[in-house]
Amino acid sequence: MTTAAPDTAPAAPRVPPATADPAAFKVVPARHPARWAGAAAVLVLVAQFTHGLATNPVWEWRVFGDYVLSETIVQAVWVTLQLTAYATVLGFLLGTVLAFMRLSHSPVLQTVAWTYIWVFRSIPMIVQLVFWFNLSALYERLGIGIPFGPVFWSVDSDSLIGTIGAAVIGLTLHQAAYAAEIVRGGVLSVDSGQREAAAALGIPRLRQIRRIVLPQAMRAILPTAGNEIIGLLKGTSVVYVMAIGELFYQVQVVYGRNGRVIPLLLVATAWYVLLTSLLSVAQYYVERRYARGADRTPPPTPLQRARRFLRDLRAAAARREAPVTALHPGGESR
Amino acid sequence: MNDVMVDVRGVHKSFGPLQVLRGVDLTVRAGEVTVILGPSGSGKSTLLRTINHLEKVDSGWISIDGELIGYRRAGNKLHELKERDVLKQRTHIGFVFQNFNLFPHLTVLDNLLEAPVSALRRPKKEAEATARRLLDRVGLADKADAYPRQLSGGQQQRVAIARALALEPKVLLFDEPTSALDPELVGEVLDVIKDLARTGTTMIVVTHEIGFAREVADTVVFMDDGTVVEQGPPAAVLDDPQRERTRAFLAKVL
Repeated sequence: MTTAAPDTAPAAPRVPPATADPAAFKVVPARHPARWAGAAAVLVLVAQFTHGLATNPVWEWRVFGDYVLSETIVQAVWVTLQLTAYATVLGFLLGTVLAFMRLSHSPVLQTVAWTYIWVFRSIPMIVQLVFWFNLSALYERLGIGIPFGPVFWSVDSDSLIGTIGAAVIGLTLHQAAYAAEIVRGGVLSVDSGQREAAAALGIPRLRQIRRIVLPQAMRAILPTAGNEIIGLLKGTSVVYVMAIGELFYQVQVVYGRNGRVIPLLLVATAWYVLLTSLLSVAQYYVERRYARGADRTPPPTPLQRARRFLRDLRAAAARREAPVTALHPGGESR
Repeated sequence: MNDVMVDVRGVHKSFGPLQVLRGVDLTVRAGEVTVILGPSGSGKSTLLRTINHLEKVDSGWISIDGELIGYRRAGNKLHELKERDVLKQRTHIGFVFQNFNLFPHLTVLDNLLEAPVSALRRPKKEAEATARRLLDRVGLADKADAYPRQLSGGQQQRVAIARALALEPKVLLFDEPTSALDPELVGEVLDVIKDLARTGTTMIVVTHEIGFAREVADTVVFMDDGTVVEQGPPAAVLDDPQRERTRAFLAKVL
């Protein structure tokens, strides 16, 4: 250690001499033993759990395999998807209308929208669904006519709505109340100067909302809306109380028949996880689209990131193969 | 003398108990540049915003090129115009904001196309040709496809000026166009405004840039406490102010 140090200097100087070549000094990364120990402990737990999943006979993976793609289940998944899609689209449409009612200058529209949101956020979804299921008890016939006046056309409420219809209505009305607040939050997050600039340019009012305000509001709306839609997808399982053949109901029917509760719950779980994952991926790309102009350089997509990672890996491998020599200035490593 | 382009008569405006404008009269002739100076809170920005009806007036009226803004006259009654008609009137009045207010989710070119296409129903091709010409005029022809946030403040304000010009307005209003800019970026924006002044654009500019006022203004208006205290050619108002309040203000800023 002290061989190179002259006798006049008792310890090596802390700063390399000014004449030293900076490239000649090697940086030694700090070690993190606690991190390694933590990682090892967690990996053991994960391995234990995975082993249990694979070997515990209670999971009955064979039964899972028999049912996960069976016709009954796939059809039930389709019903779940339909319920989610209808309730999402209709719920957010109605929610957007309610949001703009709350933001309007008319006290009547404001109050109506506020009351709607208050009511539908106050009633548990399951209670509401049973209500709609029993709609025919409330209104036997539904018709079109003059309010408080004669009715021109009417129909039996049961035959018009049906069970699926009642479920969609229930989910939609519930969803709309939450969607309204999400959309309103998004609109409020847009700088008021944007609306003002659009007004100063004489851009027509509807166009101001559609082209200027909503696209920017989407940035704030999407993360929460993604939450809501995923919540809704899983929330459709509540519809089982109306005996609609969606995923959770159908799974219950099957295990009621054959008693294989755990593997069939696994079937439902697997489908819910798969659908939620697909929604999450979709959300990522939709968010990216609405982020245009928000950042100076948009972040890379996972695909781009994966490609970059592989490229870096290859580059690192190439460097390792190369003999350790001092870098030539301007020279390329192979 | 040119024709009167902007005529402000006895305009009052309050925000709740706060009286912001207390009877303002102002005349701007076509092709002239009017610079409004005054301490903050003097009502100069509010006055500018009443001219394109972003703020409604409580009493008095404003006309541009002989047309009442925001109202229709029937005898001695003023009927408030519907929003649609106000929006149509605004296409004749360009407005440049202190904070630019460019649409961040649209490219520079789309920022310039939006109003001509949606408000004036210009064909897109024609509007695009105009937009590119205007971008060239403010020295940003190469930024057409950039997003506003990729530009510097000075560049953004120049785009905002081009966006206002895209409607070919009769008058351009500037609300402290350089107040949000770093000092070294102020010049490039003022240069664009000076260039517009040379080509005979009617403009009203609210600003704190006294040097700019001296160089470009045909008329300097000094406002304080919601009224016009003094107005006239820059040499008169800036170098030989008659009122004590004007002198006090100029002593602070010069």
